[in-house]
Amino acid sequence: MSANVAKRPLWKSQRFRLNLYRWLVTLFLVGGAVVILSPVWWMVSTSLKSMQEIYRYPPTVIPEVFHWDNYIKAWLSAPFTRYLLNTVFLTVIGVATNITSNSFIAYGFSKIRFPGREVMFAVVLGTMMIPGFVTLVPQYVLFAKLRWIDTYLPLLVPGLFGNAFFIFLIRQFFLTIPNELVEAAKIDGANHLYIWSRLMLPLIKPALITVGIMAFNGKWNDFLGPLLYINSEQKYTLQIGLTIFRGTVQTQWNYLMAASVIALVPVILIFFIFQRYFIEGINVQSGMTG
Amino acid sequence: MNFFKGMKLRQREALQGYMFVFPWIVGFIVFTAGPLLFSLYAAFTNYDITSRMDFIGLANFQRLFARDKLFSTAVYNTVYYVVLSVPLRTVCGVLLAVLLNQSAHFRRFFRTVYYMPSVLSGVAVYLLWMQLLSPSSGLINMLLEMVGIQGPAWLFDPRWTKPALILMNLWGVGGTMLLYLANLQSVPRQLYEAAEIDGAGVVQRFFKITVPMITPVIFFNVVTGFISAFQIFQEAYVMSTDKGGPLNSLLFYNLYLWKQAFEQFNMGYASAMAWLLFAAVMVITLLNLRLSKKWVYYEGGE
Repeated sequence: MSANVAKRPLWKSQRFRLNLYRWLVTLFLVGGAVVILSPVWWMVSTSLKSMQEIYRYPPTVIPEVFHWDNYIKAWLSAPFTRYLLNTVFLTVIGVATNITSNSFIAYGFSKIRFPGREVMFAVVLGTMMIPGFVTLVPQYVLFAKLRWIDTYLPLLVPGLFGNAFFIFLIRQFFLTIPNELVEAAKIDGANHLYIWSRLMLPLIKPALITVGIMAFNGKWNDFLGPLLYINSEQKYTLQIGLTIFRGTVQTQWNYLMAASVIALVPVILIFFIFQRYFIEGINVQSGMTG
Repeated sequence: MNFFKGMKLRQREALQGYMFVFPWIVGFIVFTAGPLLFSLYAAFTNYDITSRMDFIGLANFQRLFARDKLFSTAVYNTVYYVVLSVPLRTVCGVLLAVLLNQSAHFRRFFRTVYYMPSVLSGVAVYLLWMQLLSPSSGLINMLLEMVGIQGPAWLFDPRWTKPALILMNLWGVGGTMLLYLANLQSVPRQLYEAAEIDGAGVVQRFFKITVPMITPVIFFNVVTGFISAFQIFQEAYVMSTDKGGPLNSLLFYNLYLWKQAFEQFNMGYASAMAWLLFAAVMVITLLNLRLSKKWVYYEGGE
């Protein structure tokens, strides 16, 4: 080592070049991070500015005066509390039903043998390719005939019957659990309902959390469902409320951004708390590619 | 357990199996298979949900292709979006993943930051981008002005509306990036070392090792990317003026279908559109599968 250093100047040593490369890449990544985070920064900053400051050139990165009251004014200028409660209600039920129904169905597809199982599972995967709009019109007709329009039923009931991607995701986890465990429980006299609820669900907790998060994001951000099925204002969700709000305040950007920040905070919080489960979901997807 | 008495063990097992997948079977029939058949029939009728549902043969399809100007506009807009968005997202996703796979400091932190925007979605994100793209007060044009460029009017200039949406959706490329990254990390080090000994440069190593090794994921992303890009709807609904404007430049396929179905209640006509979309998506997916044999490399496969 020392002989090496004596022969060559520092900047030619392998270690120095590696370090230099590492810092150059890091510097580049910092630049990228600034670009990627700037919209979020801009949203928060705009939400705290006055309208005069928003139109000022050159733009201010940090608001001169922090107008926290923008948040209160934005929130009170529409029935956002109502929208929020509705959204929370739909999201909680949606997450609970999705976790239950999909783990139930996925258990059947991975731990019980029955004729036609493989064919049916191929159909499950196949349904993922169908564009949602192809079934949208008939579904609307169906719910209209049932007199379910302007109720939450069209938004909640389909969740009871499973979702192809979630079934696939949970099945991937079930496949990693040895079948001997199920066989042993069966010999002890347990039926599958018991094995599923008492033995398996605790074992696949990461999968359930991953599905829970994805269902949360899907329900929280659901726009199409409420747009199509909900008519009366007291049943609106946050997403619909935001669109209406945008129509009324036009380019009052500070209020719009304040309301947007509020709508995004739960999503961002969940992201940072459950980060590793997001990655888990990605890994399962990557298993699909093989 | 009395219920199962007298049955063979295997039958008992199968019965429980059907019980577990029963919800899916019901859901499949009621919400997928049934609707598919219904809309296939409706596509050949003048169904309007309230009064009529007469069989009119191919009239809907004739009208779509021969007389409906807005239909061709919608097809053009959608193809424009798909053709630009899918390759751009693929290239950016791969490049970001390769960048994050280099030895650097704080890699976990950067991975989180680059991934985060893809988690954010919904109307709030559309409103944020409407502000970023605002000609008079948006961040993007203000930054352009600082370097002496007069930015376009983005969502108000028909020539720039679609690039604006493509740009916005590029922001959320982190999800696919993560998928590439997970696969890059499983590429054996020895391959690169061997190539380096043989004198391959950085660019050569990228195109001869990195890209071939992750072609299965690229393929997966291209297939799903096409399927979802064809279905662009929400962004256009929220961010365009009068649902599709200015000058119908954001009238995408699904937006036009929506207007036909739920504003004019031309449900038969909309069903015809829906099945055309379905057919197009299937053809493109099959085409992708066919073409994949030429460029996707499966390790250990034939």
